[in-house]
Amino acid sequence: MAPLDLNELIGHVLKNVMYVVTGIGFGFALERAGFGNSRNLAAQFYLRDMRVLKVMFTAIITAMLLIFLSGALGLMNVSKIFVNPTYLWPGIVGGIIFGVGFVIGGYCPGTALVSAATLKLDGLFFVLGLGLGMIAFGETIDAYRVFWETSGAYGEVTLYGLFGVDPGVVVVGVVIMALAMFVGAEKIEAYFAEREGGRAS
Amino acid sequence: MERSRSEYMNPYAAGVLLGVVLFLSYLLFGHGLGASGGIAKLVSAAVDLVAPGHTDRNAYLVGLLRGSDNPLDTWLVFEIIGVMIGGFASGMLAGRVKPETFKGPHISVHTRWVAALIGGTIAGYGVRIARGCTSSQALSGGAVLSAGSWAFMFSVFGGAYMMAYFVRRLWR
Repeated sequence: MAPLDLNELIGHVLKNVMYVVTGIGFGFALERAGFGNSRNLAAQFYLRDMRVLKVMFTAIITAMLLIFLSGALGLMNVSKIFVNPTYLWPGIVGGIIFGVGFVIGGYCPGTALVSAATLKLDGLFFVLGLGLGMIAFGETIDAYRVFWETSGAYGEVTLYGLFGVDPGVVVVGVVIMALAMFVGAEKIEAYFAEREGGRAS
Repeated sequence: MERSRSEYMNPYAAGVLLGVVLFLSYLLFGHGLGASGGIAKLVSAAVDLVAPGHTDRNAYLVGLLRGSDNPLDTWLVFEIIGVMIGGFASGMLAGRVKPETFKGPHISVHTRWVAALIGGTIAGYGVRIARGCTSSQALSGGAVLSAGSWAFMFSVFGGAYMMAYFVRRLWR
């Protein structure tokens, strides 16, 4: 039953080959989506093009439905897959800082790699910046290591565990929320398209 | 702008494609996708190359390097190599691989480069505080309904929307 023990099945080297192949699919999808172009990404935050929200939440509900359906059908042991542990406050603080960098720089790490791979110089500078920021973190983390390691460190917490409901309830709830957000996104785009007429933005 | 945008895939179709790749990652490996982790590994290897021994003193970089003989022999690095190959292949098929700089209409190319460098630095710092990026936290953790990942995701949108007004000249 999935997830598979690939080291056992195909060995270390072939497993790494499969990681490259998975990365190729990932990078291909990001570039197809238009995420190698910082203008498409930044437009999300000026409400002119909600491509980021649409792609992201479609991807999340697609993967979520496939994962939890596979679990329900006994094809996948959902309890064995990695669930990002919750470090609530570092996640929130880091997320806000990340969002600020996102709108100033126009990319996130994955999209910047795709941008740089297609020879976009702004993407390349963003990747260089990521490296600098990571080094800066390494040099300063000791100043607030206790906060980073313990603040809101609840371990592996799922939304359905938190609410004390069946996973299916949250899955349906997330799908409904995403669909509502898509309807809203289309309305917002139509509003600005009409208001600004044919003016290039 | 309108024409070049319409050449990209329909966002919902692209989302399904991305979601299927994400699902296959969980199916095969038991975990999701990642981008920032591989970059962090490369950065710590580069620091080790430039300043040997520094990673021994730097507690954070030690954490990244210790525990395996070759710090680059990790799935995170193999995956971002694939990301770049896949992005390049898609760009080639669409005729989008060419040196250029994407920017708002009212700033110079050099201003855009500086903004990209600064934004990348801020995002790179935030990534390490949050233990992941839009791929490893928001997308992957979001799909498996990790509470912390959803808190991160909304914080990213919150931070970006709060900042957007102040840097509107970069984009509008």
